[in-house]
Amino acid sequence: MCLGVPGQIVEIIDRELLLAMAEVSGVRRKVNVTCIVDDAHPLDACIGDWVLIHVGFAMARIDEAEAAETLKVLTAMGELQAELASMRQSAELP
Amino acid sequence: MKYAHEFRDPGLAKGILAELRDVVGRTGATAARPLHIMEVCGGHTHAIFRYGLHELVPKEIEFIHGPGCPVCVLPMGRVDDCIEIAEHPQVIFATFGDAMRVPGTKKSLLQAKADGADIRLVYSPLDALTIARENPDREVVFFALGFETTMPSTALTVLQAQRERIGNFSLFCNHITVPQPIKALLDDPDMRLDGFVGPGHVSMVVGTRPYDFIVRDYGKPIVVSGFEPLDLLQSVLMVVTQIAEGRAEVENQYGRVVPRDGNPQALAAINAVFEPRDKFEWRGLGEIDASGVKMRAAFLAWDAERKFDVGYGKRREIADPLNARCGDVLKGLLKPVGCPLFGSVCNPETPVGALMVSSEGACAAYHQYAGARLAEPA
Ligand code: SF4
Repeated sequence: MCLGVPGQIVEIIDRELLLAMAEVSGVRRKVNVTCIVDDAHPLDACIGDWVLIHVGFAMARIDEAEAAETLKVLTAMGELQAELASMRQSAELP
Repeated sequence: MKYAHEFRDPGLAKGILAELRDVVGRTGATAARPLHIMEVCGGHTHAIFRYGLHELVPKEIEFIHGPGCPVCVLPMGRVDDCIEIAEHPQVIFATFGDAMRVPGTKKSLLQAKADGADIRLVYSPLDALTIARENPDREVVFFALGFETTMPSTALTVLQAQRERIGNFSLFCNHITVPQPIKALLDDPDMRLDGFVGPGHVSMVVGTRPYDFIVRDYGKPIVVSGFEPLDLLQSVLMVVTQIAEGRAEVENQYGRVVPRDGNPQALAAINAVFEPRDKFEWRGLGEIDASGVKMRAAFLAWDAERKFDVGYGKRREIADPLNARCGDVLKGLLKPVGCPLFGSVCNPETPVGALMVSSEGACAAYHQYAGARLAEPA
C-alpha cells in the first residue's frame, strides 16, 4: 500500500477526470494523474511518463532507469506480485 | 556479504559499508552500546530484512523498527468498527487487502466476509467509487487507512464523489500522520534514539519540512530515504556521518522523488477534505496528539463515521491480548523474537498482533526472513 509501483502512462482516457491508462509490467490499469499535472506539465505531456503509482494515483514522475530498478526490488520483496494481483482483480470491475 | 549479489551495484554497496565502518568508529558507539537508528517506514523495515541490511551494517549500528506500518498500528476497536459497518445489510464495504486479516476483538474482516458480510477487496479507492456508481441502491463505504502517502488518493476520490454527486459513497476515515508518533517516541523516557531514516513516499507527499522539529527541538538527524537497499545503506551512512560530525539536519537522500515542499496538488486535496483530530488512538502506542485526520464538516455527506455513528472515541480502548508484546515491539523496545508468542501462538497464518499481518510489520518481516530460524530452540 505504501511502496507504490512504477508504470508508464500510455494514453489519456478522460480529460475532465484526469484519468490515464498506465501499463505496469504488462498489466493495464486506469490511474488518476491529478498529482503530476500542472501548467508546466500539462495532461498531454504525461504520455510516455514513467510514474510511481500508489493505489491508482500517479504520485511522482521518475526516470526509466529508476523505474526498472524499483521494479526489480519490488519483485525481490514480493510486493510487485501482490500489487499486480490486486490490480488485475480490480480491472474486472466495470 | 550475504545478499551482496542482489545489489544494483555490489561494488558501491561494499564501498558504502567500508565507509560506514570507518565513520561509525568516530561516533564512540560500541557493539555493547550501539547507535539506535530508527527506520520509521514499514516498507524500509521490509527491505532491511529482505536484503539482510541489519546483518550487513557494523555491529555498532542497531536498527530500531518504527511504527510506520499503517495496518500494524490500527487499534482493535477500529477493526470492530469496520465489521459493524460491513455487517449492515445495506452496505458494501470496500478495503485494501492489507486490512483483511487484522484481528479485531471477535473477528477479522476476512472472517466477517466468510460470515456473509459484503466485503470487497479493491486496489484503489477509485474502484470503490466505481462500485458505488454501479450499485445506487447500496451504501458503499471505503475503509481509508494509511499515512500521508494514501491520503491524497482518498481525498481526491471524495472530491470526485462530490463533483459527480454520488451520495451512496462514504469514507471511513482512519488516516494517520507520521511526524506526531516520532515526537511521541522522542518524548518517551524509555526510548533512546540517535537518528532517523525518514519515510520516502510519505515525504514525496508532504516534503521534508514536517521533520524540522526533530532537528530543532530534539537535536537528532533525519535522512529521508528511498527504499532500494543501496538507498537505505546510503541514508544510514548520512545519518551516522551527521552524528560523527556533531551535526543534526534534515537531509534528503531521495531527492529524485521527494521535493522539499512535497506535492502541491496532493497537499491541496488533503487540506480540502481533511482536518487534524485533537488526538487519535494507535495500537500499541496509545493516544497521540494530533496524529490523525477526520473529514471536514463540508464533507459530512461522505463521512461514514457520522453516517454510521461509529469510529474513534465511540468505544473503549481495547488492550492487546495477554502476553502479546506488540506495544514494546512497535516502540522498538523489544525485538519480535523477544515476544513470548512469536512464531508459536502468533505466526502469519494465525496472527495475534497486527505486526504479524502485513509484510511491513516487524514481526512478519522477522518471521519471513530470519526470525523463524532464530525462534527455534537451540
Ligand atoms: S509476535 Fe505477535 S503478539 Fe508478539 S509482538 Fe509480534 S505481533 Fe504482537
